[in-house]
Amino acid sequence: MKPSSHAFAENARRALHDATLQQALAKAGVGFVDKRRGAIAGLPEFEALREAGRAIKDHSLANLDHYLARFEQQVTAGGGQVHWAETPAQACAAVLDICQQAGARMIAKGKSMVGEEIAVNDALEAAGYEVVETDLGEYIIQIAHEPPSHIIAPAVHKTRGQIAALFEALHHRPGLTRPLETVPQIVDEARQILRDKFLAADVGITGANFLIAETGSTVIVTNEGNGDLSATLPRVHIVLASIEKAVPTLEDASVLLRLLARSATGQEITSYTTFFTGPRRADDLDGPEEFHVVLVDNGRSQMLGGAYHEMLRCIRCGACLNHCPVYGAVGGHAYGWVYPGPMGAVLTPLMVGLKEGRPLPNASTLCGRCEAVCPMSIPLPKMLREHRRREFVQGLTPPRGRWALAAWAYGARRPWLYRKLGRWMVAMLKLMSGGRGRFRSLPFAGAWTAARDLPAPQGGTFMDQWQRRKHHG
Amino acid sequence: MVDARAAILGRLAKALRHDTAADAPAVVQRLNEKARGPQPQWPESMRERFLAKLAKVSATHAELGSRAEIVQAVGAYLAAQNLPNHLTAAPHSLLNEVAWPNDWRLEQRRARGEDRLGLAVAFCAIAETGSLMLLAGPDSPTTLNFLPDDFLCLLPESRIVPRMEDAWALLRQERGAMPRAANIVTGPSRTADVEQTIQLGAHGPRRLHVLLLRG
Ligand code: SF4
Repeated sequence: MKPSSHAFAENARRALHDATLQQALAKAGVGFVDKRRGAIAGLPEFEALREAGRAIKDHSLANLDHYLARFEQQVTAGGGQVHWAETPAQACAAVLDICQQAGARMIAKGKSMVGEEIAVNDALEAAGYEVVETDLGEYIIQIAHEPPSHIIAPAVHKTRGQIAALFEALHHRPGLTRPLETVPQIVDEARQILRDKFLAADVGITGANFLIAETGSTVIVTNEGNGDLSATLPRVHIVLASIEKAVPTLEDASVLLRLLARSATGQEITSYTTFFTGPRRADDLDGPEEFHVVLVDNGRSQMLGGAYHEMLRCIRCGACLNHCPVYGAVGGHAYGWVYPGPMGAVLTPLMVGLKEGRPLPNASTLCGRCEAVCPMSIPLPKMLREHRRREFVQGLTPPRGRWALAAWAYGARRPWLYRKLGRWMVAMLKLMSGGRGRFRSLPFAGAWTAARDLPAPQGGTFMDQWQRRKHHG
Repeated sequence: MVDARAAILGRLAKALRHDTAADAPAVVQRLNEKARGPQPQWPESMRERFLAKLAKVSATHAELGSRAEIVQAVGAYLAAQNLPNHLTAAPHSLLNEVAWPNDWRLEQRRARGEDRLGLAVAFCAIAETGSLMLLAGPDSPTTLNFLPDDFLCLLPESRIVPRMEDAWALLRQERGAMPRAANIVTGPSRTADVEQTIQLGAHGPRRLHVLLLRG
């Protein structure tokens, strides 16, 4: 997907004026927050698990080379194959190669954020394969030709009416009309359409939430069961996984699973948590004949040990999105690439370049809610600030911003001048407000005053007040 | 792809300042120890906890005094759901000797797209979350857990363990290695992808019914 993160301001403006989107966002936001809070309140051990989870990830990352090598060894021993990809192009090439060898035509796909990251659907479709997203949310956005707007609820921006209209247009041949209004009707419709696709697919692609080094297993969590059908019915199962997903043991994954479901959807565990290990065995009655794992780096090995190292702890739960006031206001598409919200504002500049992604770390008040709810205690605001610092150092900050910063720095280094200017500004603004104590409108601040008044300064500058108090002390 | 492998592992080793490819002692120890994280606690008995959590995820259950009651329990379910007497069952030893009524159509095989009702036997159950664990194998085809609209699962009560970690311990002890798929199933299939409204029966079973076998 071609990123449009550079146009964040424009994207955000459009999102804020999109009444349907605003309606969908308002509905979703509170739901996620309340459910997570309820789930955590019901587990007194949550904080202890959070610390343990963080330690597991820190240990896994500190030994990532060893655990990946062990994982590969175990997959191979179980009759599967591991493919390594440094870039999205290499990853797509590996997938295409497997599909070609298998003589595939139709591919059933479970939800995979790495799949979005490497744009595997585009690559497969360009090569003539039919690709069907089987997660309901992913299916909806696939037929709408849109990217996901949330990492765990990809179609959260769509209303029921919009989904019904999409289904109506695509599924309904003349003379065949099923009612499509209620949620059960819509879900049923998708179930019927997608059931045939599962049964006809030659290759199933799923993501992975964790890779278990001990056993060579890949783990997925779903509620719909689509990932399991994608992994069980077709002849070939391909797992797309990024390299930071490796953890040592089944016990370690058990800790992280408790954190993931609660942080993501407020569930104690999702309906289906599955550990896949290799292809079907000689006496198995079903399951794929081939099992492939494509390990994708795409810049992660460069993040290791650097300023963004801790981002590699991310388990993609989406809590930071759900609690972000910016995400809540503009939705996921405004971020212009695959990963939205706070985690996206950190990852996007790293994956598509700071030049393209630079507006994202700036679109934040650094309120810190994301870090507070992150089950992996990732210091997201700190990393957003690091992006801003690099942006400035690399000269990517636009002239207006640089000029304003330079002017401020000039004053800040000359306290006498700063105070003098401050006093002058206070007096001017007071005068301009005409004694009303607030402004209805102000030049250069129209965006602010459009929706609210700006209070006029009262009673002198901070420094003046400070001095006065000291004397009256 | 050999080059990509070397390049990635090389970069990782360099960033981590690991100069040998051999597993560090900490890694070997970790893999052998299989240490558990904090274990959630609860006051109820395992059975109570399992059943309470099972109900919370919209699954149902019936209690069976002995294996002789399997037919009756399945029959009651078929009648309640108004289903024909067709079922696809796992070729599992606990089901092999059941004397099914003559007018029922019963097949022991993997599931197919048109199957309405599947019956399998759980490897074990997890009390903490009300989950069933099923292991793919000749006596437990995975398709049975996912394709039919109605999924019935036989669970001997003695197979309920407290937590996921206990299920792994049992698996290591009894099987030695991971099966192709270890499915942890918690309630029927569901989705919230349309306006955050929970709807059961997305792609997998619409209903999950546990036959809890006493003793
Ligand atoms: S950064 Fe933290 S809160 Fe955000 S998705 Fe990752 S793990 Fe979840």
